[in-house]
Amino acid sequence: MAADGGALLELRGVVAGYDEVEVLRGVSLAIRTGEIVCIIGANGAGKSTLLRTVFGIVPARTGAIRFAGEEIANRPPTDVLKRGVGYVPQGRCNFPAMSVEENLEMGAYLRRDAQVRRDIAASLERFPMLAAKRRDLAGTLSGGQQQILEMAIALLLRPRLLMVDEPSLGLDPRMVEIVFDTLLAINRDGTTILMVEQNAKKALSVSHRGFVLELGRNRFEGTGRELLDNPDVRHHYLGG
Amino acid sequence: MPLLEIRGLIKRFIGVTAVDRVDLAVERGELVSLIGPNGSGKTTLFNCVTGYLATDGGRVLFGGRDVTNAPSHSVARLGIARTFQQVSVFPRLSALDNLLVFLQQHQEESFLARLLRSRRLRRLETEAVERARRLLDLVGLGDRATAAAGSLSFGQRKLLAFAAALMPDPELLLLDEPAAAVNPTMINQMKQHILALHRQGKTVLLVEHNMDVVMDISQRIVVLDHGEKIAEGPPDVIRRDARVVEAYFGR
Repeated sequence: MAADGGALLELRGVVAGYDEVEVLRGVSLAIRTGEIVCIIGANGAGKSTLLRTVFGIVPARTGAIRFAGEEIANRPPTDVLKRGVGYVPQGRCNFPAMSVEENLEMGAYLRRDAQVRRDIAASLERFPMLAAKRRDLAGTLSGGQQQILEMAIALLLRPRLLMVDEPSLGLDPRMVEIVFDTLLAINRDGTTILMVEQNAKKALSVSHRGFVLELGRNRFEGTGRELLDNPDVRHHYLGG
Repeated sequence: MPLLEIRGLIKRFIGVTAVDRVDLAVERGELVSLIGPNGSGKTTLFNCVTGYLATDGGRVLFGGRDVTNAPSHSVARLGIARTFQQVSVFPRLSALDNLLVFLQQHQEESFLARLLRSRRLRRLETEAVERARRLLDLVGLGDRATAAAGSLSFGQRKLLAFAAALMPDPELLLLDEPAAAVNPTMINQMKQHILALHRQGKTVLLVEHNMDVVMDISQRIVVLDHGEKIAEGPPDVIRRDARVVEAYFGR
């Protein structure tokens, strides 16, 4: 799906952190409907904190966060979720002792409509890798399969924006390709994607735009290509 | 005689043979990488070598000495250090103290010496702090020395754990995906440091999915698939090996 202009998510001067540590020191960025946007940066730059702040897990101390035109800063996560923001945190985040299918049911926990069954069936159809393992415990799946499952769980609430923190973490090269292909397919189906990645070259190559976060501030911004070609960005964040 | 020699190692979990009769020898001073798909037995092999899992068959020799199923602490004392995929730091200790803790086990000072805080002990402590600070600088955490490790990001905690493994100056270093969650520019520094250790004569066995790292620095690569060794050789050979391309690299 092509980016169509309107800002779906907008951050203005967001400051956030933990206890005495200020991690975000004034982040301003906008993500348009239909885009895949990637945030890269050094370790500790605030990338994961940014996603957590949007989702309402970390309080925003100052600044504005608007989603679909409405202020969502410091809203509780369930409220942010209901408004259409999905979030797949870094590392494993499923219910390992539940089956794949039960995990999908958990993903639809907030829904009360009659479509849920059909959506779970559609999800299994869309991700054949999961269908093959529907009765297996999630914890017995490979890391890559679990990552796909976690995205499928988040998609059951039909988010307009899906935030994914390091989807390629710990995956072998083949699975990395599959996970990025899956993100592209999710985006083609109409979901805007905001991801954080350290596999920066790969992530920028599939993103419409990217932001570089540096010490809690957005430092560079551009299309994936522009950032990949920017000598400063290459030197400091892409390993030369 | 190889520094690390694994002979016919077997590890079974319920219904699955995670490591299936694997032979692996690493010569003193060698830099070897172990690659393979997720679930091919790489971490299980590390766990068997370092006493975190009991083996179901085979032997592990370190410097010719049988260390099969030896407890982790004695394996560490013999000079094998390792890192973990999932970070293992003490969240309430400062970054600096996380490194100093790793040195404790190698300080063989007597109780009396500790009580009297002998000049020698004080010198050792000063050296340890200096060494820890250098390692923190190396992984970009120099300005976070006094911060609680729990306040660091996931990637920073991985870098801290990498530095901690270097703290006791081990003979053999087992690194389990050190580059995962680390920024590419920092990965380059990590790469340079692993090469520097290699030049100092240290022995390194590396598990890593980042092929920029594996192909650049390994002298030899061993490939596991479904618990079995399917290939072994220098990077250029492994890169083109049909079985490895099929099992691991994909398109």
